[in-house]
Amino acid sequence: MNPTSEPIIRVRGLGKRYANGFTALSNVDLDIKEGEILALLGPNGAGKTTLISTICGLVEPTSGSVTVGGHDIHKNFREARSLIGLVPQELAIAPFDVVANTVRLSRGLFGLARNDVYIEELLGRLSLGDKMGNIMQQLSGGMKRRVLIAKALAHEPRILFLDEPTAGVDVELRKDMWAIVEQLRADGVTIILTTHYIEEAEEIADRVGVIAKGRIIAIDDKVNLMSRFGRKQLTIELRDPCDSVPATLEPFSLERSSDGRRLVYSYDTRADRTGITSLLQALNSAGLQLKDLSTTQSSLEDIFVDMVASDNDGAVE
Amino acid sequence: MNVEGIKAIYFNEMRRTRNTLLQSIVSPVLSTALYFVVFGGAIGSRIQSVEGVDYGLFIVPGLMMLSLLTQSISNASFGIFFPKFTGTIYEVMSAPMSFFEVIVGYVGAAATKSLIIGTIILITAAFFVDLRIAHPVWMVAFLVLTCIAFSLFGFIIGLWADNFEKLQLIPLIVITPLVFLGGSFYSIDMLPEFWQKVTLFNPVVYLISGFRWSFFEVADVPVGLSLAMIAGFLVLCLGIVWWMFKTGYKLRS
Ligand SMILES: Nc1ncnc2c1ncn2[C@@H]1O[C@H](COP(=O)(O)OP(=O)(O)O)[C@@H](O)[C@H]1O
Ligand SMILES: [Mg+2]
Repeated sequence: MNPTSEPIIRVRGLGKRYANGFTALSNVDLDIKEGEILALLGPNGAGKTTLISTICGLVEPTSGSVTVGGHDIHKNFREARSLIGLVPQELAIAPFDVVANTVRLSRGLFGLARNDVYIEELLGRLSLGDKMGNIMQQLSGGMKRRVLIAKALAHEPRILFLDEPTAGVDVELRKDMWAIVEQLRADGVTIILTTHYIEEAEEIADRVGVIAKGRIIAIDDKVNLMSRFGRKQLTIELRDPCDSVPATLEPFSLERSSDGRRLVYSYDTRADRTGITSLLQALNSAGLQLKDLSTTQSSLEDIFVDMVASDNDGAVE
Repeated sequence: MNVEGIKAIYFNEMRRTRNTLLQSIVSPVLSTALYFVVFGGAIGSRIQSVEGVDYGLFIVPGLMMLSLLTQSISNASFGIFFPKFTGTIYEVMSAPMSFFEVIVGYVGAAATKSLIIGTIILITAAFFVDLRIAHPVWMVAFLVLTCIAFSLFGFIIGLWADNFEKLQLIPLIVITPLVFLGGSFYSIDMLPEFWQKVTLFNPVVYLISGFRWSFFEVADVPVGLSLAMIAGFLVLCLGIVWWMFKTGYKLRS
């Protein structure tokens, strides 16, 4: 996609204060690029669902603006909403509705004429081909979720919101879900998913936005985000245990394991000088013999915990 | 205007009716027949006629109104309450539909269902009594207006109710007494004078009176007043719905 092109979703200064006085979103700015997969990552209660619901027209914002495909979600709500498909977090289903009918209903609600060929193809793609005549109540939880995806795609939207798509989902459906997401991406559909599983964001997204306490505290390409916040750890295994870290090694603030067999050095991967060369020289002159070296990169999980923690510090001050 | 959307809601609601055909259609037929046996047969054998109309015939409009009101309210209130209850309402709320279009779909379906039930009752009645309708056009007009007004009212109740008790509350403690005391089975002339006055505060009296006039040209209150009352009620419901739309009442947080 052309990086200079207009974002397909533009959120500006979005705020939401619920009737009970709770502020779920404060001053959120967000640009979503056409065709990308964006993961909104944040703990429970961070405001992910509120943000999505506001863009989809389910929650009325208290401040700010949202445009979808250039259409204001209030002034041109029809144009804006026509572009969006939503798979909600909760498994909301009409228990007595027949699968094919409920998917047809979705298409109609979004203003499109009935198209049984498309619906049949869609249900087939979601492995629901043999379930078209079943009523919702008869389906397993995973199947119900597939139907919800079919409903969200019934009007061939250009944007798909998946609110915690893998919460309580088995491995097979998870795999299928990612296959579907890949297929949709190939078709040029923009996908926004929320999750509190870091691996999920890492696995599937192009960009990751981290949201905590109603604010987006970081958003970047997944790789950049990793390296921006990513710290690597160099673990040095010693041939002979040491009782304490030699004074000459103090500048490196090494951590010594309790058995004295390992020293851990943390460094910033982005820094021009990681300090590894001088550390190795210093180890050598301190007379420590190395047995092995290994490095680990902190996952988004660690990054995330760090960010939320520092955000909390900020709030306390 | 999202016509496909209105159609989608309307036909989905009508399909629900088809799926519960037995309770939707058989039960009004059965209860109407029972009313005829009990009121027309047992009481009618003593009362003979009211204002020159054979008693069995006299109760037909009241019987129809009784069913229309309760059915309109229960169908429309349940129609919007259920998706709120299951959570599926999210889809309607995120669709490119105006609140007006949503109402046309739900209320239109509920009113249609009531109309069908009204017609079935009328046909059932024809088996028991020698039916005659003096002003068929007015009869249909009263029928349609009543179905729409009370389906709208039901829609409001369904939006307002946040549990099953509340959903039942208004129909049970307000509507049923009003209908039974609204002259379904008697002319208000038959009441003691004091109660005749009290009864005039019951809006259902105007409804049944006007409807009965369209059948037999006998009425408790002037027919113009009946029409004004039902129009007024319709406007009131529309006003409430408009306010709900403005505030996103119970649908948008
Ligand atoms: N209707 C509501 N009224 C009041 N508070 C709400 C409402 N909906 C959500 N909240 C609160 O807003 C916060 C954000 O919720 P939500 O957007 O669902 O978070 P997430 O999806 O990230 O878990 C939570 O603290 C939640 O309790
Ligand atoms: Mg959520």
